[in-house]
Amino acid sequence: MIDLTHITKTYTSGADAYAALKDVSFSIDEGAFVAIMGPSGSGKSTLMHILGCLDTPTTGTYRLDGKDVSAMNDDELAGIRKNKIGFVFQAFNLLPRTTVLRNVVLPLVYANVPRNERAERAKKALIAAGLTEEHFGHLSNQISGGQIQRVAIARALVNDPALILADEPTGNLDSRTSLVVLGTLQALNREHGRTIVLITHETDIAEHANRIIRLKDGAVVADEQNVQPRDAAKEAALYV
Amino acid sequence: MTTRDLIEETQVALAANKVRSGLTMLGIIIGIASVIALTAVGQGAQNSISNSINSLGSNLLEVLPGAARTIGFGASSGRGTAQSLTPGDEAAIASVPNVAAVSGEYSGRYQVTVAGANTNTTVDGVDAAYAAIRNINMAQGSFIADSQSLSLSKVAVIGSTVASDLFGVNATSTNLIGQNVRINNMQFTIIGLMATKGGSGFGNQDNEVFIPLKTALQYFAGNGNQFLSTIDIQATSQASMTQVQNDVTTLLLQRHNISDSTKADFSILNQQDLVSTASSVTGTFTTLLAAVAGISLIVGGIGIMNMMLTTVTERMREIGLRKAIGATSKDVHTQFLAEATALTFIGGVIGVVLGWGASYLVSLSGLVAAQVTTSSVLLAFGVSAAIGIIFGWYPARRAAYLNPIDALRYE
Repeated sequence: MIDLTHITKTYTSGADAYAALKDVSFSIDEGAFVAIMGPSGSGKSTLMHILGCLDTPTTGTYRLDGKDVSAMNDDELAGIRKNKIGFVFQAFNLLPRTTVLRNVVLPLVYANVPRNERAERAKKALIAAGLTEEHFGHLSNQISGGQIQRVAIARALVNDPALILADEPTGNLDSRTSLVVLGTLQALNREHGRTIVLITHETDIAEHANRIIRLKDGAVVADEQNVQPRDAAKEAALYV
Repeated sequence: MTTRDLIEETQVALAANKVRSGLTMLGIIIGIASVIALTAVGQGAQNSISNSINSLGSNLLEVLPGAARTIGFGASSGRGTAQSLTPGDEAAIASVPNVAAVSGEYSGRYQVTVAGANTNTTVDGVDAAYAAIRNINMAQGSFIADSQSLSLSKVAVIGSTVASDLFGVNATSTNLIGQNVRINNMQFTIIGLMATKGGSGFGNQDNEVFIPLKTALQYFAGNGNQFLSTIDIQATSQASMTQVQNDVTTLLLQRHNISDSTKADFSILNQQDLVSTASSVTGTFTTLLAAVAGISLIVGGIGIMNMMLTTVTERMREIGLRKAIGATSKDVHTQFLAEATALTFIGGVIGVVLGWGASYLVSLSGLVAAQVTTSSVLLAFGVSAAIGIIFGWYPARRAAYLNPIDALRYE
């Protein structure tokens, strides 16, 4: 499903070269829930950009869903992003002054999905992300932080992508809301078999995944199964 | 992304900042409105000048005699004084192709008197066709008929100025038909009063008295003197005027036995020349006015570019997000270009309406009957759309080629 072999990424400015990623190799199977963890400067953002097809590696190959995407041009990468990847960012996930429904419809617009199918698909994704009909017409600045992230998850889902890439999705949320959002991701993984890659610097967030890959200074330092992942839904219930 | 999607996105983006969109449009609105209004005023001025020239007669050519010279190297008496045009010339001209009507003129200034009043004015001997050639309308009675000319009748048609000079300021509202006037001490009967014409250029016809041509030649030109002061020719159409002018020139040269056309003893005044000279003057002014208005359009276009560049910076993260969820550079480019074009297009529509309104107000004020032409409206639309594309291109390009990573990170 995801196959990284000997990925490096080097930034050069003038005579200086800075290696953000040094020989990173790993695979992720379909239906997995993987956390990529590391402190800032570890290269996890660079890795996220490469996984999300926002950037290409300097050397090495990245195969996504059987396709080598490591040497694609901008337009081809845009095509991969719209069909195979759903993003959830830490902040600025939704277009301002735009309704919840319109935000989720947007990827379908770019993917040229016929108009009459769009609303139906967007509503299904919103319900799968744990939102109810009453929110659909709200503007993106009229809903809470936790709801914004769930709308973002719905938008990431709507194109039925191979991979959902969540970059610090709980970074701006309080503990309880974080658990709700993590619970949404866990449910999608368990009940719908979605492949999810979660990028975080917090151990207690990463522990909700089934596998944790730790990065440090641009290299993988640990890659282990998390046999007993924490259950966000149960933890959230304790707050009530 | 379909066109309808594009329209929806554009609508949302422009509505998001109504005040700014409105102010940006204002530049275009003022530019387009002034182009429309000023060209309309220019066109109106041009029309009014052409109309006043055409009111002197339509498709008019005037043949004037050349300068009178004594034989050899004698003194010239100036153009128009030669006795070179004859009633025979007039008759010959009538058979030139595309000539609709011909009238000879014999004119002079004489004392015109009634009991208790007199005036000195131009007395013009003309044929019946003259009324049609010079667009003469009658307020009372009728114009001279051919039969009156043949019978050497002493009848006169007077202009409104002459009427008020002779019969008082309210003369035009009293019945003057049948009254007698003395012209050069000969008694004439008034058979018609001309409607007031105003007019200039070829002379003020309100201050003239018309009598039959043959009567004039008989009683005023002196014994055996059969020369005309002018021959008026009406061509059948504007298009045939040049041909008629050339044919008449050839004919008269031949009749006067002149082989060298530079020594012609007559000259032909073409009304169309006058119209086109006047038109080219007003056309130049119209162009000048439009150019000044055009400058304000360019300034408006720069305003659009400025606003779009600000928008691109402000919406950096939105652009990054759109790219992350699958928008191609082309999608982003099209979207920003559509926003700029929509601004100028809507501004153009409002500008046309305002320009139209301004032209209407100018017409109402009575200064000039401003005329909005279809071509200026089409031009304004074209220019406003083009300005959107030209001045929107660079900001759209900046947006399109933003690196999505940088755009997402932008604070």
